[in-house]
Amino acid sequence: MSIVVGENTKLVVSGLTGREGSFHGLRNRDYGTNLVAGVTPGKGGQDVDGVPVFDSISEAVEKAGANTSMIFVPARFAAASIDEAIDSGVETVIAITEGIPVLSMLNTYWKAKKAGVRLIGPNCPGVLSPGKANVGIIPAQFFDPGKIGVVSKSGTLTYQIGNELKQAGEGNSSIVGIGGDPIVGSDFIDVLALYEADPETELIVMVGEIGGDAEERAADYIESDVSKPVVAYIAGFTAPPGKQMGHAGAIISGSSGTAQAKKEALEAKGVRVGESPTETAQIAVEVLRG
Amino acid sequence: MDLLEYQGKQLFAEHGIAVPSGEVASTVEDAVAAAERIGYPCAIKAQVLIGGRGKAGGIKIASNRAEAEQHAGAILGMDIRGPRGEGPFRVDQVWVEGGSDIASEYYASVILDRSEKKLLAMVSAKGGMDIEAVAAEEPGALVKEHIDPTRPFDAAAARPIVDAAGLADDVCDAVADVLAKLAEVATNEDATLIEVNPLIVTADRNVVALDAKVTIDNNSLFRHEGLAEIDAEAVADPQEAMAKEKGLTYVKLDGDVGILGNGAGLCMSTLDVVAQAGGAPANFLDAGGGSKAEAIVDALEVITSDAKVNAILFNIFGGITRCDEIAKGIVEASGSLDLKVPLVVRLDGTNSEEGLQILAEADLPNLHQEKTMLGAAKRVVELAKADAAA
Repeated sequence: MSIVVGENTKLVVSGLTGREGSFHGLRNRDYGTNLVAGVTPGKGGQDVDGVPVFDSISEAVEKAGANTSMIFVPARFAAASIDEAIDSGVETVIAITEGIPVLSMLNTYWKAKKAGVRLIGPNCPGVLSPGKANVGIIPAQFFDPGKIGVVSKSGTLTYQIGNELKQAGEGNSSIVGIGGDPIVGSDFIDVLALYEADPETELIVMVGEIGGDAEERAADYIESDVSKPVVAYIAGFTAPPGKQMGHAGAIISGSSGTAQAKKEALEAKGVRVGESPTETAQIAVEVLRG
Repeated sequence: MDLLEYQGKQLFAEHGIAVPSGEVASTVEDAVAAAERIGYPCAIKAQVLIGGRGKAGGIKIASNRAEAEQHAGAILGMDIRGPRGEGPFRVDQVWVEGGSDIASEYYASVILDRSEKKLLAMVSAKGGMDIEAVAAEEPGALVKEHIDPTRPFDAAAARPIVDAAGLADDVCDAVADVLAKLAEVATNEDATLIEVNPLIVTADRNVVALDAKVTIDNNSLFRHEGLAEIDAEAVADPQEAMAKEKGLTYVKLDGDVGILGNGAGLCMSTLDVVAQAGGAPANFLDAGGGSKAEAIVDALEVITSDAKVNAILFNIFGGITRCDEIAKGIVEASGSLDLKVPLVVRLDGTNSEEGLQILAEADLPNLHQEKTMLGAAKRVVELAKADAAA
């Protein structure tokens, strides 16, 4: 098994006719993902390298059997596009788009909750289940199939850690990028629950960063609900308060959201926290091999 | 983006929240002229993006022309530090507003609570002081209630929150109206934080916002023309201004090791490992995904324009970003810019072999290659120290 995406994924890409959307959508297909449709309003009936394009996501669900939607449309239209996906009948929506206004996401978040649709992102690299399916922009060559589940707020940091795991001979059940925005559809806790239930996952690597309290909440959840070992990494120890460090969510406001507080909260619940991506990968390998 | 007090008050006024009338001025002459038009007493308030202005001497009451001149002269150009040592913030503008006859000082705010994914409304009868201290000493004095995102939040919906705060009965309706309007500002203007401290009741029982602290979500500026103009005009640090113009994500820090990474997370992590190796990062610069050679030239230009930088670290893990593009950018930049400081480069991931080949062929002086992130961090710290000593 794997989580979020896998052999049963039937993907529809909103924005498939755009430059980025077609590049990554077709890369996902080349990896083996079952890409069944693209969506661009007004371009229904066309195709992108043999993939049929529809005017709406509902139509892609109806006619092509799509069950997973990837959102690759510009920020100003993205929240509406996610809303459309939520209403279309797909089970999972993966939003790659960066720069969506947070108050739009607030409404979209509750819409997804109410509809029971799993939303990953926005501002995330997507989800990769090595050997099965890749939905998003994660470069699959750095990850082999294996036993380690990864959940991360950051894309490149995940590639860094994934590559170190690969060099150490370990692979991944899935890699889930949850995104670096203040409001994302799925938090660490949601993904930890999926890994806990996934028989292929034996260890979980969690990659957090400054801002918010998702890591602290995850620490409590790990203590009460996760039996599998969790190894963590937190980025942003040197970030000054009040400055946004790239990601919209990576900002220390007042006294909360510091890397130190997150590290302490995780360690207090028995989670080992690596000092660097390299050390985190080493700890993960060490714990996995007992 | 944070708004200055007067900009926040203008936004309040547009949404029907009462604010004292006033004028903004950037010279003593203009401030005095404004005071003369407004009448006395009037308040002269430093416009800086930091709390604790009053304690720092940035807010004064003038009772006549001579005092207006004296206070405006003292406040304009002064450097204000925040309560936690932030800044200094240079005062370039003052807001001159009519004096208010204050009967009570309350507190009202609407902020985005990212943990709960809801707006949080807060009201207190204890305004005019540090609200975090009030909340810590007397938690019951600050009433907090999340706003249900699926229902309209009007004055009637706001009323129970206001009632729980123990305000004077005769102004509860008016305060509830203000609270509903603050939520409207949040929703309509994409504000993630709106704080009014104090929200005053005047002697004639009007409810007026005497201060305004507003943070606007930068991601929303495409749909707010006026706010986007404010953002474009905001005075930034010279490097930050240059980076903004070039479309780079850059944050200036205090150290001497210039940093470029790709991706916000990896870049933050790079700062951390440099600090662990005993160095002090000079900046955060995320070259972003899929950077091309030109972006690298721009990035190096911004980093090297900070005279404090003694050495630079490029930490790239190519995903969408191709290492050969990064290498081309470095070679190009070393031709067009006069790079005086050593550059440590770590390239891994997509097309790293091609990238390393390009760098090897260019055989640039002052360029050091490292295979690992930790090795690169150690190396750049050594080089920065050697450079500082030289």
